[in-house]
Parts: sequence; structure tokens; C-alpha cells
Amino acid sequence: MRRSLDLRLGIDVGGTNTDAVVLDREGRLLAKAKVPTSPDVTRGIVAALDGVLAVIGEQRSRISHVMFGTTHATNAILQRRKLRRVAVVRIGGPATYSIRPLLGWPPELREAVSAGEVIVDGGSEFDGREIMPFDADQLARFLEPLAGRVEGVAVTSVFASVSAEHELRAAEVAGAVLGPEVEVSLSHEIGTVGLLERENATVLNATLTPVVQEVNEALESALGSRQLDALVFFAQNDGTLMAQEQAARFPVLTIGSGPANSIRGAAYLTGIQDAIVVDVGGTSTDIGVLANGFPRESSSPIEIGGIRTNFRMPDLISLALGGGSIVRAEDGRVAIGPQSVGYELSRRALVFGGDTPTLTDAAVAAGRADLGDRDRLAAGDGLLAPALAWADAALADAVDRVKLSRAAQPLIVVGGGSILVPDRVPGASAVHRPEHFDVANAIGASIAMVSGQIDRIFHPGRLGSREAMLDEARALAREQAIRAGADPRTVEIVELEELPLAYLTNPAVRVRAKAAGPLDSG
Amino acid sequence: MVGAAELSDLATGSAVLGAGGGGDSRTGLLMALQAIETFGPVRVVSFDDLPGDGLVMPCGGVGAPTVSIEKFGNGAEGRRLRDRVEELLGRPVVALMPSEIGGSNGLLPLAWASELGLPVLDADGMGRAFPEMQQVAMEVAGVSPNPCVLTDERGNVLVIETVGGRWIERVVRAVAVEFGARACTTEYVLTVDQARTATVPGTITLARRIGELLRGAQADPVAELLAELGGFRLIHGKLVDVERRTSGGFARGSAFIEGLGDDSGRSLRIEIQNENLVALEDGRVLASVPDIITVLDNESGAAITTERLRYGQRVSVVALRCHPIWRSERGLALAGPRAFGYEFDYQPVEELHAAVA
Repeated sequence: MRRSLDLRLGIDVGGTNTDAVVLDREGRLLAKAKVPTSPDVTRGIVAALDGVLAVIGEQRSRISHVMFGTTHATNAILQRRKLRRVAVVRIGGPATYSIRPLLGWPPELREAVSAGEVIVDGGSEFDGREIMPFDADQLARFLEPLAGRVEGVAVTSVFASVSAEHELRAAEVAGAVLGPEVEVSLSHEIGTVGLLERENATVLNATLTPVVQEVNEALESALGSRQLDALVFFAQNDGTLMAQEQAARFPVLTIGSGPANSIRGAAYLTGIQDAIVVDVGGTSTDIGVLANGFPRESSSPIEIGGIRTNFRMPDLISLALGGGSIVRAEDGRVAIGPQSVGYELSRRALVFGGDTPTLTDAAVAAGRADLGDRDRLAAGDGLLAPALAWADAALADAVDRVKLSRAAQPLIVVGGGSILVPDRVPGASAVHRPEHFDVANAIGASIAMVSGQIDRIFHPGRLGSREAMLDEARALAREQAIRAGADPRTVEIVELEELPLAYLTNPAVRVRAKAAGPLDSG
Repeated sequence: MVGAAELSDLATGSAVLGAGGGGDSRTGLLMALQAIETFGPVRVVSFDDLPGDGLVMPCGGVGAPTVSIEKFGNGAEGRRLRDRVEELLGRPVVALMPSEIGGSNGLLPLAWASELGLPVLDADGMGRAFPEMQQVAMEVAGVSPNPCVLTDERGNVLVIETVGGRWIERVVRAVAVEFGARACTTEYVLTVDQARTATVPGTITLARRIGELLRGAQADPVAELLAELGGFRLIHGKLVDVERRTSGGFARGSAFIEGLGDDSGRSLRIEIQNENLVALEDGRVLASVPDIITVLDNESGAAITTERLRYGQRVSVVALRCHPIWRSERGLALAGPRAFGYEFDYQPVEELHAAVA
């Protein structure tokens, strides 16, 4: 399966556009394409692919790696489409009966996803002791009537991040009862501390498997029909890559990869490791933080389609402001968005001969960009300047909120609507506008590193010292990254966080460590 | 009656009264939701609805917040506590009561009461959240903490007789760690007549009212809340720094807020030990325990617990008057500034505020 790195193709499927780029071994951009995302998604992918292949011509056979970022999984959850019914297994009896699995889920989503829920005895304490022995018989009795009726099982055990033993034994039971073809999602491979959120993520993972399988097949057939023979990687929500086989097992991790990709792309295009990244699209703007070369992750629970999860998602502030946001007068005041002219910007905006004042018109009026016909801006008189001032203030406020400290930080602007952002933003030490800013997403996907992460509770007393504990955490994270395909020679620790547990007399510490490295280039 | 619809208001209000502590009120909310869906709504009653010599059982959970989001409980803990208390005292329990209204513990007794078919007394032991078990109005009023009953999710039950409240905290903490850093307890069981003066009355209704008010608030939820409760806004501003450290089993730290708008140029520091204990400006105390200091999100008015404080949040720091029982000599000895190691005497927040204004 190993192929040495030559040309890489990055594809990013977003809500509005599908972007594709081709980069050479040194990371130089050879081709880029941007097409509207098609309703069936696949046609958009093929169109973007053809766009870049037309530019590189005969070199297409040199494409060795394909990096793919997609919103398929998110859309499937939001639209409740193509979801698979799964058996929901919690190993947490009797310690967690007080809140049953899927409590609080929207009823129609629960109906679409769950073939039945059970809580069997077992689970771990925070210090690794068993709460109760795992009850394999109880699990077998629950699964037997489901044989032939479910294709997936989601297993979540209490403190799986401390001990995964009961989850692994449950997987054996599921295989024996339901057959080896039934896929089992285990929570310790998916989520972090917080049983309910991890359980939700594990159930979503189990239910999404067919969606990503379908994407995989569409992608394979698109690549095959263009005579491309490359290794395929999927972008994850933390800005790193996973192998195609990994994505098939952990489809839930593809959710939210778009913002992570644009933050990584911004880092790559500027060479900056710590900055605020502003991604301005047609309808909205995402403001995130680049910390040590990676998107900073949110510490609050993330909701997807009404379900609380603890996914590793970038910490973002989203504003309903974009290049296509419509500017209008309302009750004697200037109002902006949330409606946008979207992909019709090049027809409906004033500067392009249309009759709808947009934020793009406001940016042109202020001299931030030289686009279209300035003489047509008169129709927006009295509206455009206050609208832009309002947008600037909203952006400055969001930039300030997303920062972790008072110190001014550099700001990197990417995305198709970048011209909206002024050259000076309060709280920003400088504003960077990299070349190829419009395809930062796809570039982010194609240059992403491969990562491994752990989130566990350690007992520094047992390991001898705090340093010994941190060493072990680093080693485990590195191991994970190398297993995922990172080059062992260059993999490094990119994140290390200690959160001591309150209340205990003997210290216990929750440690999160992440390692990442470039793809093993052979 | 508290049914499923009223629970989220109660959770919102419990978080506000929690003074930054009390843990994630969402797990408590989900537990109560499941119990009420299964066993039906809970009657919230006042003293006059109950026989004067009937037993009230204060109860709740203790332990590490990180553990309670992983191992939140069986649901039958309340029944086991109730059964053992009745057996020990030879009389029926007529109502449950939260030991602590703040955070998750404000909701847990509702889950248990729903299963037991018992009412919940509209009162609690703190009127807020405090870090230690003996920091309750019952201790101030001289109610015996014995018998203290402790249980875990498996069914282990322990009865503890101690020589005083401080020992409950020490022994329960040690046992709870053995149980897996979480336990459910009852202590300071008392009669309805005793409860009239030995608890903080009306706090379930108050928490619900706070939740309703914030849900329906229009322009400035914080101002509407303060007008209703007669509280004080110490500062309106932005969180600019949070320092954290853990020592002696407590999460300690400081939060710094810089004023915005009318408060431009001002800055406030909050001292934290699980809960927000003291608010200071230029070294001068603006509010302190046992008065309730809570950090509210400016837009929603929702409380931000101490572990979720982060740079950049737009907040109002507010202070609410504690119940008068905490302002007594015994109350201050138990939960005043000096009880937390500060070298100053308590002054009521309304006096401090009058001096500033």
C-alpha cells in the first residue's frame, strides 16, 4: 500500500464550492479549480477533478496521493439520510442507569438510527479498577434477536479512556453473535472523557458507515475513470489526515474537516504557526485560531444536528457575513445578511451590473478591491459605507473573542470573500493575504499531516513522577500517529495538556497529547 | 409541580445560584428528565404542606466533577438513602430536599423524589453551592449531622456517626474516593419544624423563577434578573485572564475582568476555590462569601461555571445577597471569608455597594 510521495491532489467539498488543487513534491501549486458543489456532490467532485487534470495534462499519472475533505457525513446527519440502524450498547451497569442512551435525541433521528439500546454491567473507575465485571452473557442475550437485522454496533463503556478492556470484549461478543461482517464502533477510539457525548459520537459513527462507503466508491470510480491510481486519505475534523481504511471505520471524524483544512491551509500558505485565521466565504465567515500549526480545538461540547458530542472540532466563531451578504436599509438603519446572493454574486452585485447591494460592493466602494464597474455603486449610496463599518466592527469583536490572550497576533485572511477584510484589524499585529487564498481549504487538505491522539487519566504517583507520566503520554500519542501513517522519523508532539482532577486525595490527571508528522514518503 | 418542561428553567437557575460551582447542571437535568418521564412529575411543597414532625431528608452527590460526567449514577441511590434513614430513625421520610441548590445537585433530589413518589421541600441547605458538606444552614442552626448515610451506584451503603460536621467532610471524602470518586449522601436529616429556621427556604421556586426570567428576557437579561432579585452588578466587561491551579483537592484560581462601556477603565479580580469566593477591585473587596458571586454571560444571562471561564467572554459579574442565616456569627465562622483563609471580615454586599456608589 505504500507509494512514495509525488504529486498530491487535494479536494475539498464545501457547502457552496468544491475546490481541487494539485501540489508537487515541494508543495508548489500546479493547478487549482473551483466549481459549484452539485446536489449529488459527486458531479461537483468530477468537475473539479477535471478542472485540475486539464491543467496538468500528462502529469496526471504522477498523482500519488489524494486528500479528500467532505461534508457528506454532516449532511447525512442533518438530513437524516442514508443512516444505518445500529445496536446501541453501553457498558455501564449499574453505574449509569440514571440517564439512558440517546436520552434527549430528536425522536425521528433516534428512530432512524437505533435498533435497540441496552446497558450491560461493567465499566471502569477513573483509576482503572472495574466498576463491575463485564457481563458478556447479558450482551449476547440482547444481541441475539438483532442478528440479521443490524449491520452495526456502537459500544461505549464507562471510563473507556482509562481501560478499554470491556469494549474490546464486547466487540468479540458482537462478532460471535452477529457475525464478522457487522461493524463495531468502540468509543475509546472515537471520543474523549464525558460518557454521554462520547456515546453519541460512537452511535453517529456506527450509523454513518454506509455514507462514507458510498463516498469512497464515488471517489474511487471518479479517480478510476480518470486513470488515477493513488493512495486516498480523508481529512479529519482536527486538521490532520487519516487513511481511507480509517475513514471507513471512523466516518464521524470527517465531520467539520472544512474549517480545520482552511486553518491548516492558511498556515501552509504563510509559513506562520500561530495566528488568527479568518475564512471569508460567500455567506459566512469563520474565525479560528492557529496554535502551533494546528487549529485550536473547542473545549465546549459541539452539537451536530441536535446531538451533543465531544468531537475534536476547531474552536470557531462564525459570523453571517460574506462577500455575497445583502446590504439593505431596514427601519432607517443599515442591515446586513444573513441572506446572501451566494454563487450569483458575479451577476447580482452592483459592481457586476446587478441591482443588489452586497458587502463586496461595500469593499469595492471603500477601495479595498478593484472589481467590476465602480460607477455602478451609486445605487448603494448611504448604505455601503455604514455596512462595511458594521462588518469591520463585528469582525474585530470576533477576532478579540477568539484570542486566548491580550497580545496582538497576526491575522491570516483566506477564502473567496477575503477582500472584505481591511488591512488593519484591532487586536491583529498584521494582516496577511497569501497567494491562492481562495483554495486554502483544498491546499490544507493536501498538505495535512497524519496525527495520533490520546486523552486519558493518569496517576503520576504510580508512574514515579509527573515527567514519567508526560513521557508515557507522548509515547502513546506518537505510536498512534505512526500507526496512522506518519513518518516515524519526523513525527512530533504538537499538543500536550494536563487537567488535574479536583476532589481527590491522591492526584489523578487527565492528559491530552497529540502527535503529528508528515506522511511517510517511503 | 415540576415536570419535564420546568426542569430546564430550574437547571438554568441552579447554575446562577451555584456561584460558579456545583458542577455541570446538565447531567442533573437529564437524570431528572428521565425519572420524571418514567415516574411522573414531582410536587414541590412548602413547610405548611407537611406535618411539623415529619422527616426531611437533605441529599445529593459528592465527588470529582470529571467523574460525574462519566459515571453519573444508578438512580436508585435516593431510595437506598431514604430506606436506611427510615430504618435508623424508625419514622417515614416525608420529603427530600437538595443539600445544595447550586448546579447538578439542585436537580438530583428531584429525580429521586420522582421515583419515590415523595415531594421535594422548597428549600435547600446552602441557597448556593459551597465546597464542603458541613457548610450548610443546618450546621449553622445546630442540627446534628448524624446519621450520615453514604451509598454508591453498586449498592454499597455506609452509615457514619461523627462528632461533628467537619468529620463528615473528611470521612465522606475518603470513602467517596474508594467508591470511585463519587458518592451519594444524606446528612443533617431534620424535622419540618426544624427546617423552618435551619434551611434556606424557597430556593427551588427561586431557581425556577430565575430560569423563566432569563428565558423570557428581552434587551438586557442581566439587568432584568438583578431588578427582580435585588442583586448588584459589580462590573460589566470582558474576561481578560484566568489563572488555575489545583491544591488540597480544590480547583483554585483567579479570573480577571476588564470593564466595557460605562465600566471602561475599571478592572475586577475574582478569587476562585471551586466557587467564586471574593470579588476585588484595586485591592478593595466588592463582594465576598457567603454572598453569591456569579459570572453571567452578557447576552443570555446564563451562568458560566468556574471551569468554563475563558478569555474573551463578555460577562457581567453579579452579587446576590446570601440568606441571613449565613450572616450570623456561626454562619460566618463556617463560610465567611476567614473560613476560606482570607484575612478580612465579611461585609454585606449591599453595604459594600452603597459605599462605592
